Amino acid sequence: MNGRFAPSRRDLLQGAGACVVAFSLAEAAGGATAQDLPPSKSVALDQVDAFLAIDDKGMVTIYAGKVDLGTGVRTGLTQIAADELDVPMASVEVIQGDTALTPDQGPTYGSLSIQNGGVQIRQAAATARAALLDQAAARLGVAPGDLTVANGVITAKSGNGVFTYAELIGGKHFDLKVNPAAPTKNPADYKIVGKPIERLDIPGKLTGEFTYIQDFRVPGMLHGRVVRPPAIGARLESVDESSIENVPGIVKIVRDGNFLGVVALSEWSAVRAAREIVTTWSKSETLPEQGKLWEHVRTTKILKDDVTSNIGDAPSVIAGEGKKLSATYDFAIQTHGSIGPSCAVSAFRGGKLISWSASQATHNLRKQLALMFSLPLDDVRCVYVDGSGCYGRNGHEDAAADAALLAKAVGEPVRVQWSRADEHGWDPKGPPTLIDLRANIDASDTVTAWESEFFIPQGAADDVDLVAATLADLPAEHLLSPGGIINDSAIGYKFANIRTICHRLERTPFRASWIRTPGRMQNTFANECFLDEIAAAVNADPLEFRVNYTDPADKRGLDVLDHLARLAKWETRPSPQKPITGNLVKGRGCSYVKYELVRTYIGAVAEVEVDRATGEIRVSKFYVVHDCGQIVNPKGVKAQIEGCVIQTVSRALKEELTFDRSMVTSLDWASYPILTFPEVPEIEIELIDRPTEKLWGAGEPTAALIPSSISNAVFDATGVRLRSVPFKRGKVKAALQSASEMDRR
Amino acid sequence: MPIAINVNDKSHVIYAEPSTPLLYILRNELALHGPRFGCGLGQCGACTVHVDGRPTFSCILPLAAVGERKITTLEGLLEDGKPNKLQQAFIDEQAAQCGYCISGMVMRGQALLRANPSPTDSEIRNYMRPNLCRCGTHAAILRAIKRAATGQEKRS
Repeated sequence: MNGRFAPSRRDLLQGAGACVVAFSLAEAAGGATAQDLPPSKSVALDQVDAFLAIDDKGMVTIYAGKVDLGTGVRTGLTQIAADELDVPMASVEVIQGDTALTPDQGPTYGSLSIQNGGVQIRQAAATARAALLDQAAARLGVAPGDLTVANGVITAKSGNGVFTYAELIGGKHFDLKVNPAAPTKNPADYKIVGKPIERLDIPGKLTGEFTYIQDFRVPGMLHGRVVRPPAIGARLESVDESSIENVPGIVKIVRDGNFLGVVALSEWSAVRAAREIVTTWSKSETLPEQGKLWEHVRTTKILKDDVTSNIGDAPSVIAGEGKKLSATYDFAIQTHGSIGPSCAVSAFRGGKLISWSASQATHNLRKQLALMFSLPLDDVRCVYVDGSGCYGRNGHEDAAADAALLAKAVGEPVRVQWSRADEHGWDPKGPPTLIDLRANIDASDTVTAWESEFFIPQGAADDVDLVAATLADLPAEHLLSPGGIINDSAIGYKFANIRTICHRLERTPFRASWIRTPGRMQNTFANECFLDEIAAAVNADPLEFRVNYTDPADKRGLDVLDHLARLAKWETRPSPQKPITGNLVKGRGCSYVKYELVRTYIGAVAEVEVDRATGEIRVSKFYVVHDCGQIVNPKGVKAQIEGCVIQTVSRALKEELTFDRSMVTSLDWASYPILTFPEVPEIEIELIDRPTEKLWGAGEPTAALIPSSISNAVFDATGVRLRSVPFKRGKVKAALQSASEMDRR
Repeated sequence: MPIAINVNDKSHVIYAEPSTPLLYILRNELALHGPRFGCGLGQCGACTVHVDGRPTFSCILPLAAVGERKITTLEGLLEDGKPNKLQQAFIDEQAAQCGYCISGMVMRGQALLRANPSPTDSEIRNYMRPNLCRCGTHAAILRAIKRAATGQEKRS
């Protein structure tokens, strides 16, 4: 067992490592010093003290605004800090996402925890190390260059003089600005960065000792459940309180506008009460008919156009002479589908709120809760506790708002655990994406123009309104925040004329948020499939075609494609394969992107088998080549890539929210199936490590390539192009049948 | 009405509504956090425990229906407080991301290995089918079960 997960005072403060938090802390939520524990801890982004502290035993604490969502970031950040400070990893612990203790490094999204968060921590550590060396040098009367550091001990090269970090700074503040110019280590000197270190949290997850938010308890805590409307926008008309009279231990039925919740002494009583309470709601039909979703999207009012690339004059060239191609792609509404439904604990005392949750963005949640309850920011503290993986902004923040509302109503700490139907029904959704593409090819089979239009909701990766605030009509920002979904609408291929435009829609059917690889996945699906359509139209090998249109100066990109061809033993030939005979056919497809055109390079090849009689697709194998620059932990990166592949095979083959005019109808795993073990592909990964390059994200880029690789492989196998995610059996069968009817005509 | 149950080879007397699913008793009364709430519907396997050695969804098993059968949770697999062979294989293969499903995966995998100490890849896949993972840790989980089955030593 990893000893560092034994409860310490720090762990208690954070809530990780101990299942019951000392009562004094829950009390402290109402106390005078609640919001600034420890009293003088800086959280300012330009201060070394905001990021790290060294105690009198030489133990280093890293304060990370980026949190470990089950991705291994805790381990990666520990590696970065330990290596930069020259201390063993065992001397470093990480506190994450506590608004009283950790700097606001931005939400944990966008594959930026290592790329941005880690780099900030590295720079703070380098500043601290340099300051400690300066101090030791001054005290020894030598130059800093005459000193060496190992294991937190500074030694004069001459042999005369030794200082430990603890002696120099132990328990004291650095009171020092982060120096952006403080030299970081030469990559060749890293001893921990770049190594396949095992994750610090995994042993505790295998023994039951690890504490998830779902396990988190405070003394005196009550159990809450929410009762959501049966229709989005429905008004709560009546509540029959007598209907749960026979449920033991009910503390309170909390009604605030259209918000309804129950609080009970035991969890099972809360579950029963929420299920059995009799309510009436107004009828509400705010949603489009699912069968007409794409007409609805296409006719939604456009608020503005974001032109994401404009080279030459694509519209004129496309209207002019040449061979024209056009296609429309769509990508279904999907849900995050966390295995553990959202959960949070809140205590509301003395007018002050403390909230424990698995929020990706505790600093933002703090602002949202302060607004919702009309509290000064200083009276709200949000603390991250690891949760079930969220893959974006799921319901964790909403559960925090539910718990706070119930805790306020009963004056005791309340834990809210969402049901499966709450999670599938009420977590915000990845919005529907509709894409039109056009291209022109000249007589010499050269692509002369590329044009694309994306119909996607307005907004960015901002705050997503809290369900409880909406239902109770409490103050909120009323933002539409689908994430940075215009990313990867532009393309990196070298065509003479390119125009890519995002029509930003006034609204989208469901409360939107980001789900792993938001926008980048949908956009890359359309781009990389349409590119494949063009390659097929000019009878070119799809991988070679990508190479030919990649900037020759982009050596890293070409390297990825070259390694991919070798890894996948790519056979150079145009798609589809010939002849296509029999029911069971096989094919391979490739896909490639430089993520957001500015960072991680990825190439992927899918191998599929398609049963032409049933429309069933089996993804048998994926190959991935990945260049994210300097690799902090190759084991961690590979785990993220595997996760991207498997999760996105699920999204591409199976996942689609269903709904009627009132509400989501896919409220469980039977109606929203995800990939199961027999369907999991084999995965082969090649990492290109570039230790002297910048470090880039690895949590989500690979996912961008999965739907297009599969679609392209299905085309290779069958000659039929799938342009609508998910590739469900019925839909695929229909596409195959309509293609064969066309052939017969 | 007190109800006696046997969990991880210890007897406990529980005072709770007889309709309470076993999962809530394990988590809230006995502070065993291995079994986890995922759906309450028997659809995902996060709550999997052994009942007389058989993998069972504890979220839909009422307390009153447990009777004298022996319950084993993730914690009950520990040997002298240390991970058993399968748990260690999961650690060695780094077979957890968020890890929320992992307790259920280990419990189902353990039941498989007891019934079939040398399963083929497809036997493992088919047996594990009821348990869902959202992080995409499946490939690592399959490697872990395989490793425990073949008694492979830890790779360097």
